Amino acid sequence: MSNEWPLWEVFIRTKGGLSHRHAGSVRAPDAELALRHARDTYTRRLEGVSLWVVPSAQIVASDPSQGGPLFEPAESKIYRHPTFYHVPDSVKHL
Amino acid sequence: MDIKTALFDYLLRLGDDSLILAQRLSAWCGHGPMLEVDLSMSNIGLDLIGQAALFLGYAGEVEGKGRDADKLAFHRDALRFRNCLLVEQPNGDFAQTIARQYVFSTWQRLLFQGLVKSGDPRIAEIAAKALKEIDYHADWSAEWVVRLGDGTAESRDRMIAGFAWMWRFVDELFQVDDVDAAIAKAGIGPSRASLRAGFDAALKKTFDAATLPLMPYPAAVLGGRQGHHSEHLGHLLAEMQFLPRAYPGATW
Repeated sequence: MSNEWPLWEVFIRTKGGLSHRHAGSVRAPDAELALRHARDTYTRRLEGVSLWVVPSAQIVASDPSQGGPLFEPAESKIYRHPTFYHVPDSVKHL
Repeated sequence: MDIKTALFDYLLRLGDDSLILAQRLSAWCGHGPMLEVDLSMSNIGLDLIGQAALFLGYAGEVEGKGRDADKLAFHRDALRFRNCLLVEQPNGDFAQTIARQYVFSTWQRLLFQGLVKSGDPRIAEIAAKALKEIDYHADWSAEWVVRLGDGTAESRDRMIAGFAWMWRFVDELFQVDDVDAAIAKAGIGPSRASLRAGFDAALKKTFDAATLPLMPYPAAVLGGRQGHHSEHLGHLLAEMQFLPRAYPGATW
């Protein structure tokens, strides 16, 4: 349908101190109604304390066909993980 | 009029307003213009059912004849319903539903702002819980009045037609009879007449934003509070009450 409302991505902060996480998307004619639609669609069961909506068209996404050059070079670089340190047994709470 | 009789009737009015409008809104489920709007209207309907259950439950206790909220909702005939005529009006198109919701929620917000200060602690508690919901309903419907009124030529025509349908039922919301007088005197609820100025101010603000003309009010149609309903309520109740009446005690 060409006359469908634009799509908005919805991000929810589940509680204070946590970051907003992507929850899904809604259609709405403008930003205010997008927020209301996000509230009515995604926070009916007390899922959030804060909402963001972003026009989906504004999201710049990586190209799936470029997955090789973008992500695979990181596969063989285990030295980037901080797993080579010995933690002394006497150190607690790390 | 003794205060117990007045209180029972008053609670029926509060509960029935919410119950009947909820039933109307539930008919939109699966038929909204978009999935998101469908959900918004269902959510509002569920909020209203919650209010109705609390008020009718309390009404049953005040009456003291062993009737609970379900009994009052499903085993009462149209003549015994005390809702205003506005809420039983048909859904019509989306704009007509929005017009009804805007008028109702704007009025209900003012009423409940008074009820949170009720001398009856039970009513004050229910009102405090409901007011947050009503604030949302009133703001949500106002957003739609503005978008439809200040939208396309067709949406504007439909918004005006929607209000034109509801207009003759506005005055009833502010009518004061013996019940309201007794309730106001006992400090249980605000005088309905006192809500008019706030309503007119809110309406003007929304209509200005929506670039809609303020239409004159036609002669008021009254009677809902006394049980004299339009033909629409009987049809609504026939659908709403069918199952518990045909299969008494049915459970899921």
